[in-house]
Amino acid sequence: MSARALLSVRDLRVGFTTEDGLLQAVDGVSFDLRPGEVLAIVGESGSGKSVTAQTMIGLTRARNSRIEGSVELAGEELMSAGDAKMRQLRGERIAMVFQDPMTSFNPVYRIGAQIVEAIRAHRPETSKAEGRARAVELLGAVGIPDPERRVDAYPHEFSGGMRQRAMIAMALALEPEVLIADEPTTALDVTIQAQILRLLEQLNRERNLATILITHDLGVVAEIADRVLVMYAGKVVEQGTLDEIFYDPQHPYTWGLLGSLTRLDQPRPKRLPQIAGSPPSLLDLPQGCPFRPRCPHEFSKCPQYPPLEARLPDAPGHCDRCWLTPEEKGEKRVVAGRIGLEAPNA
Amino acid sequence: MSTAQPNDGAPLLDVTDLVKHFPVKRGILIDREVGQVRAVDGVSFRVERGETLGLVGESGSGKSTVCRAVVRLIEATSGSIKFEGREIAGLGRRQMRPLRRQMQMIFQDPYASLNPRKRVGQIVGEPLKRQGVASGSELRRQVQELLERVGLSSEHFYRYPHEFSGGQRQRIGIARAISLRPKLVICDEPVSALDVSIQAQIVNLLDDLQDEFGLAYLFVAHDIGVVRHISDRVAVMHEGKIVEQGSVDQVCERPQDEYTKKLLAAVPIPDPRQSRERVRNR
Repeated sequence: MSARALLSVRDLRVGFTTEDGLLQAVDGVSFDLRPGEVLAIVGESGSGKSVTAQTMIGLTRARNSRIEGSVELAGEELMSAGDAKMRQLRGERIAMVFQDPMTSFNPVYRIGAQIVEAIRAHRPETSKAEGRARAVELLGAVGIPDPERRVDAYPHEFSGGMRQRAMIAMALALEPEVLIADEPTTALDVTIQAQILRLLEQLNRERNLATILITHDLGVVAEIADRVLVMYAGKVVEQGTLDEIFYDPQHPYTWGLLGSLTRLDQPRPKRLPQIAGSPPSLLDLPQGCPFRPRCPHEFSKCPQYPPLEARLPDAPGHCDRCWLTPEEKGEKRVVAGRIGLEAPNA
Repeated sequence: MSTAQPNDGAPLLDVTDLVKHFPVKRGILIDREVGQVRAVDGVSFRVERGETLGLVGESGSGKSTVCRAVVRLIEATSGSIKFEGREIAGLGRRQMRPLRRQMQMIFQDPYASLNPRKRVGQIVGEPLKRQGVASGSELRRQVQELLERVGLSSEHFYRYPHEFSGGQRQRIGIARAISLRPKLVICDEPVSALDVSIQAQIVNLLDDLQDEFGLAYLFVAHDIGVVRHISDRVAVMHEGKIVEQGSVDQVCERPQDEYTKKLLAAVPIPDPRQSRERVRNR
């Protein structure tokens, strides 16, 4: 058995009551996160990936939300913790970096002052001078050049990539054990994205930071994740190690995601394999497997939703929710085209 | 109407030495020009009939400014824009109008580019009506046909944009753009706001429409993977200039320019073993 889980999520369910009925955004998600591990949660808009992350740090608590299940951080239950306790945990033990570095900072305060404020909110004994010194140190650690000067800059004086670095610096200010990065590079140019991914990788390695990376981009996942959860319509449809998901994907939705990528390392196909249709409305899910209406391999068992379980004898951690037998999956994957990657020189 | 006859031998779109500088102003009562942003700084390219030119670059490279100058949404500072051999850079609104039939645009943000208070039928039918192509029940028939052609349903005619997903909205924008059977469609980041699986649908749709209607595309994007897939030729923009231009194979497989190489190297490859290989070689 590998190291003990730092964060343990069990059967997490998040629903929102709306005018049109109960919207089950997250429907029974479970996973473990170990120290130093990068877990990627992948899915399209509306798959529930962001709501899962936000719920872990108490950001979805509201009058119209219904939250069930358990999230344990080093043995401590977070779902029953009070708001004051959550406020203390956020930043100190679990920190979050958001997608949009343009709107995550307050535009009228200096970058440094906002980092100092975050530190002093948790550690009131810290003097302003100490806080400022710490902010300079953090900005330097995330690769902002000339941090002594840039600490006094306003957010608009930073480029998108720099702002995302500053955001990461602020997230690291209290040395959290878990970092949740929600689409941290989606708003950035590819060359800047590559730099931010390097930075996340380095932090993960040097600080043994457990990271949850939320993204729709499997290219990003391939670069830094250790394990992957694929979500669809609020449920995990496949989970496994990075190599299991990329080289032996079991769920037709995962095949679709992998197939629809444009790849610079391969000859151009005449047509891009596409997933037909669009994700279902969470207020009006089809009976059984919610991917059924878009799946080219639908058959008589699909009106029942299969449990998430390991279906391959030699990969106990590789689970999926599809009734097809592993043999059938192997065949259908080949017919579907480039899906189920051939590893180079393997 | 135009006096000059279109020249059949000329490229469909021929842009030479296009420059767009934006003034930087300071001052409270009296604006003083204190500098210039050279958004587009001497750009030349051609688009032939029925082909796709991909224009790729990062934010701030000037690629959107090029698009907007070509369709005359903004006025270029200098340079020549020839459409079918005819200079359009100095034409007035009136003179541009007949040309708008030939040249249409698809925008990046499917949420912002459709009027939320108009029904889909009105949105898609607007160019047909404006140009006096069809009206009444004939207009409705043509619009419904267009909706079906782009993968929507003729019943969507009476719906409002907010009832559609991002991918469907982009289809509405495409239906509007092709309604006049233009020769050139300028696509400004048409898929970058969409989920990956939906991106593939839209890219395939654009491919099909090109085959069916003989459209030429100026396809602008920051994602060189998508550009490589859809384009015949590619131009790479950086800081207002085209740094490299050529066939897809030349630019993507044998790049000469340092910036192009950097851009290609930064694209994540969705293959863990290759990623690990790249990390080792770094």
